[in-house]
Amino acid sequence: MSVVTLEIDGKVCTGVSGETVFDVAWNNGVKIPRLCHIGGLPNIGACRLCLVEVEGQKKLLPACITPVQEGMVVRTWSEKLIAHRRLIVELLFAERNHVCSVCVVNRNCELQDLAVELGLDHIRLRYQFPKLVADTSHERFGLDHNRCVLCTRCVRVCDEVEGAHTWDVSRRGALSQIIADLGEPWGESDTCTSCGKCVQVCPTGALFEKGKAVSEMRKDRGFLKYIVTAREKGQWIR
Amino acid sequence: MTVEELFDQQAAEVERQNALENRIYCCTAAGCVSCGSEAVRKAIGEEIKSQGLTGKVEVCGTGCMGLCSKGPLVRTSKDDALYGGVDVSNAAALVSAPETLAPLRIDTSAPFFIKQKKIVLGNSGRVDPEKIMDYIAAGGYQALARACTELGPAGTLDEVKKSGLRGRGGAGYPTGLKWELVARQPGDVKYVVCNADEGDPGAFMDRSVLEGDPHRVLEGMAIAAYAVGAQQGYIYVRGEYALAIQRLQLAIRQAERERLLGNRILDSAFQFRVDLRIGAGAFVCGEETALLASIEGRRGQPRPRPPYPPEAGLWGKPTLINNVETFANIPPLIQNGGEWFASTGTATSKGTKVFALAGKIANTGLIEVPMGTPLREILFDIGGGVPGGLEFKAAQTGGPSGGCIPAEFLDTPVDYESLARIGSIMGSGGLIVMDSSSCMVDVARFFMEFCMDESCGKCIPCRAGTVQMHDILLRMTKGEASSRDMAILEELCTLLRETSLCGLGQTAPNPVVSTLRYFRPEYEMHIRDHRCPAGLCEMKGNEGGAR
Amino acid sequence: MSRHHYSGDALIEVLHTAQELYGFLSPGLLKSIARKLRLPPSRVLGVATFYHFFSLKPKGEHTFVVCLGTACYVAGAPNVLTALEHRSTKAGTTTADGKVSVDGARCIGSCGLAPAVIYNGRILARVTPESISKELDRIGVE
Repeated sequence: MSVVTLEIDGKVCTGVSGETVFDVAWNNGVKIPRLCHIGGLPNIGACRLCLVEVEGQKKLLPACITPVQEGMVVRTWSEKLIAHRRLIVELLFAERNHVCSVCVVNRNCELQDLAVELGLDHIRLRYQFPKLVADTSHERFGLDHNRCVLCTRCVRVCDEVEGAHTWDVSRRGALSQIIADLGEPWGESDTCTSCGKCVQVCPTGALFEKGKAVSEMRKDRGFLKYIVTAREKGQWIR
Repeated sequence: MTVEELFDQQAAEVERQNALENRIYCCTAAGCVSCGSEAVRKAIGEEIKSQGLTGKVEVCGTGCMGLCSKGPLVRTSKDDALYGGVDVSNAAALVSAPETLAPLRIDTSAPFFIKQKKIVLGNSGRVDPEKIMDYIAAGGYQALARACTELGPAGTLDEVKKSGLRGRGGAGYPTGLKWELVARQPGDVKYVVCNADEGDPGAFMDRSVLEGDPHRVLEGMAIAAYAVGAQQGYIYVRGEYALAIQRLQLAIRQAERERLLGNRILDSAFQFRVDLRIGAGAFVCGEETALLASIEGRRGQPRPRPPYPPEAGLWGKPTLINNVETFANIPPLIQNGGEWFASTGTATSKGTKVFALAGKIANTGLIEVPMGTPLREILFDIGGGVPGGLEFKAAQTGGPSGGCIPAEFLDTPVDYESLARIGSIMGSGGLIVMDSSSCMVDVARFFMEFCMDESCGKCIPCRAGTVQMHDILLRMTKGEASSRDMAILEELCTLLRETSLCGLGQTAPNPVVSTLRYFRPEYEMHIRDHRCPAGLCEMKGNEGGAR
Repeated sequence: MSRHHYSGDALIEVLHTAQELYGFLSPGLLKSIARKLRLPPSRVLGVATFYHFFSLKPKGEHTFVVCLGTACYVAGAPNVLTALEHRSTKAGTTTADGKVSVDGARCIGSCGLAPAVIYNGRILARVTPESISKELDRIGVE
């Protein structure tokens, strides 16, 4: 394990070899936007919001899976990157039915935060208004496909941390949808342990606790780190 | 079999074939089968029996003979001639007196034939893909023998590097370098994968090679395995290609029986097994990391690279992935040496390229030309030009990742760099001609619809971006789009190209970008005047759409 | 399945075989495949729905697959599909009486025969809206 020095947005930062650009940036106070990444779960590089410019590289690289290298020069904010991120968030808002004013996580939503951070006040794209349903068959939780951004955090936490693999993604492309078991109502799932981890990691109001009114739901993301450190290091700290 | 036996068997089979009075080759590739070539073949077989010529005249099925628009095609060895549009009633004549069929005879000195150079398709139409002895008689598996006995792994690798062969799947990565990367990786377990998930609409080169000459692909894979040190290979073939799958299965069984695959190949310590993996209808599986995911039995979604498959591929092991045409180039390359191979083509693009001609062109079918042949020569001399008195408008290469080439660039030589310079790509070899009745906005919409349906859904730019782009293009063809939509469309093009996770998404905007580049006035007419110059689209309730 | 040593890697192979044997993949079938390969059921369904080759519903008595590859497209395949849909059912579905299934396909590699339709596994070449209509008359579609 060796120390690596690199430059992020003009600031000299240090990290440890094997760490990702994303983690080193955040540890050094540079907040790179992200959606599919969440500390404690394997990275998949799918949301493309954490793309950064690296000097000497023609392509933009996803910070969450790019390991740091000695002498790297990284830019996390540029006009081009901001334009791309705005358009990606616009795409998400237009893709499904995200109506913040009636959402349980209003003001506690990562998608909403992204829009605010990027100064997005209106969507130029055509809303697709897909006809989607909400699954409220589980006694404690609900799944509203209208709010889902397909980040697959729930799929990964269920598989990797809980070990149940209740969730997966069915179909493909724009028709992709999160499913429980063989597409059964969540409440009838044999494999679900009702642990609620998926609900906590979900960045939007797609997975929610029942009985919460608009803007009432708060998500606890710290628990994941707690479990992961406990498993890896045998330390129970938050 | 041993190397000596291989040569003995070749000599014996050649002698047997030469002793025949007439050997009749019936094209049994998909194109000819669908116009009745199987019935013709059966009728010829019965005719041989009834004329009492068993043992003197023989009929066999072969792979694609190229000129699919004139099918069913039959070749006779007696007068060394090619006959087209044959039917069952011609069987008797074909067996004993083919010269009486002069009206059906195809002139093989026409530009369609003489302007071609066949390396990959050298055996196609000349050997029976279901008989390993036919392939051996044509010199098959001798390249493998040369690699194993004469060159050794390092020498084999050197020949491939010297040849300058580049991947024929689309991107054109130097094959020798790729092999070297895999060969250099430590570890005993490595894999060789043949990408036969040919998915570009309008492309059927790989299918024809697999159906017409499957042993050539197996031999190419075996040579690759020998050079990089792999013991296991997979061929990932499209599920739609039932005939190719059947012939590959047969070919693998035959080669294993003859000890040309499996354990102790050619009586040496080299072992290599090949298994088929059948695709299940997902274009994105042509992307190498998605293909690997699919072989491992998962959803065919790409993953970010690096690590590249030569470092960590199938089950995390070093994996060499080449496409069908690349492997098919290997046996002649090794047999004749890298320098021989490099003598064809241009400075940076060596060898030949197989193209599938389709669309508004007289001679649809399969052709092979040296790299660097001007597009005009391919389309007008070999292809016979646009039929029906209409004007040539554009040629589309590279499928949904490629671009449209307008008439002003017809003199462009076909090689990797030249095509990239004019905004298209070599791609896998689909070449579709459009005439003045095609609307370029609709063509762009067609490809965008394809990408939208085939997007795996993993990354946002591709999943949601293709939907929005298709939405805008569809509204253009209906005369409902504004100039603001046009600006957003161009923004989306840039977004997808620069931020998508895999090649499918990164190249999805290409058809739009290239048609915008060369046919922008056509877009503007759709938006401003609500008029389609080709008269195809809209706006009177006809969507011109495939949905 | 035993041929693949009950390995989860062979899921796609197993689904292919299952579809060949039973015609389509029913929920019960998927469940038993998941159990035998020791895979989570959601993963099995995820794979089965990702690939368009797999069908979760039974096919009709007669199947029409219209090639929508580029060559067929420029040769008029969309009109053929529209005519077919008009007389029977939307692409990707089966008529209520289970008589006819219609599907669109990516290039089937028969570009020389454009536009091509695969009717019950047999390729029809140079199809027109009229000829497809006649075919429907023949099998007694209203």
